[in-house]
Amino acid sequence: MHELSIAMSILDIVKDYAEKENATEVTEIEIELGSLSGVVSESLVFALEMACKNTISEKAEIKIIEIKAEAKCKHCNQIFELENYFAPCPECKNSGYEVLRGKELQVKSLKIEQ
Amino acid sequence: MCTTCGCDDKDNKTTFHLHLDHEHEHHDHDHEHTHDHFHPHHHGHDHNHHQSKTITVEKDILSKNQLLAERNRGYFEAKNILALNIISSPGSGKTTLLEKTIKALNHASVFVIEGDQQTSNDADRIEKAGAPAIQINTGNGCHLDAQMISTAYKKLEVAENSTLFIENIGNLVCPSLFDLGEQFRIVMMSVTEGDDKPAKYPTAFLYAQVCIINKIDLLPYVDFSMEKAKEYARVVNPKIRFFEISAKTLEGFDKWISWLKKPE
Ligand SMILES: Nc1nc2c(ncn2[C@@H]2O[C@H](COP(=O)(O)OP(=O)(O)O)[C@@H](O)[C@H]2O)c(=O)[nH]1
Ligand SMILES: [Mg+2]
Ligand SMILES: [Zn+2]
Ligand SMILES: [Zn+2]
Ligand SMILES: [Zn+2]
Repeated sequence: MHELSIAMSILDIVKDYAEKENATEVTEIEIELGSLSGVVSESLVFALEMACKNTISEKAEIKIIEIKAEAKCKHCNQIFELENYFAPCPECKNSGYEVLRGKELQVKSLKIEQ
Repeated sequence: MCTTCGCDDKDNKTTFHLHLDHEHEHHDHDHEHTHDHFHPHHHGHDHNHHQSKTITVEKDILSKNQLLAERNRGYFEAKNILALNIISSPGSGKTTLLEKTIKALNHASVFVIEGDQQTSNDADRIEKAGAPAIQINTGNGCHLDAQMISTAYKKLEVAENSTLFIENIGNLVCPSLFDLGEQFRIVMMSVTEGDDKPAKYPTAFLYAQVCIINKIDLLPYVDFSMEKAKEYARVVNPKIRFFEISAKTLEGFDKWISWLKKPE
């Protein structure tokens, strides 16, 4: 359900930009999705396809750029891919890190027809 | 369909039930509902004159909610209203906590916004406990958003120098994504839910400043490690502050109430 509400927010942004550019059609929506964003990629695509019906984005291709979370170990400064919040540092096996990326939830770009 | 909460505005209105004077008002929420679709005009003889173009957007999807949340926060700060957003799974004890807290604060200026998909039972309970409450029914909507809060606190006429509790819809998934403009977010779990709750729903713990672990009166009967639960939560959010309480027996309540009087 919350993916549907996220999808509606995406189409809101798309509509704003498409109108500004006098677009007749949106052909691609590119979305950046971090693995820690709390949004599931498949559910979002499904919700977006539903929500796009009868809008300027009806035929848009949905492109999801999945961003893997990255963290920096507080003990040894190793930068590593964070599979989940509870994974220890692969280098020194300690836990305690700073999340560098992975929380992204952003409309990156659009392709439109004018 | 509503652009903010994804609710279907045809048969699924978000309604506000004001419990101030025992009257139940039903209002459509005033999100922006954009129903104007784009109608590209096809001119008969205009072939292949379309141009493709790529536009860089780079806009956070939740930015509209964020903007409204900041506006709410500004209002609360200006009026010296302490706003607290409580999220948990259904049944962790949010409403019970509020009932007991209202009594413990001795009916000092407390207001409550209750979120629920269907019923107004919780607002009724709060009202009985002695605080003005407004019920937001979201229908299929599974979280409260900043726009709903903005509408609700105006209808509720929250007084200056007061405490405003917001009981979010019972789930730990999407309420954690939507800032309401609160000063503090409180995530609640109860000992009957298992100590790995923070591992299953890390985002809920990530953005909270306070974690209430409720129903400690049941600790002897359940397999729940307080240490493990805290450890999981601290991995996600090292700065989170814990209160171990029983909203039933009021064990641990003193610390919670004194924090409320001087939150930090
Ligand atoms: N044993 C025990 N039961 C509690 C406690 N707090 C709440 N409950 C019970 O848990 C159930 C759900 O509580 P409620 O406040 O409605 O949960 P909410 O859905 O989070 O608002 C009710 O039956 C409460 O009486 C507690 O500290 N101890
Ligand atoms: Mg409740
Ligand atoms: Zn390390
Ligand atoms: Zn709505
Ligand atoms: Zn939701």
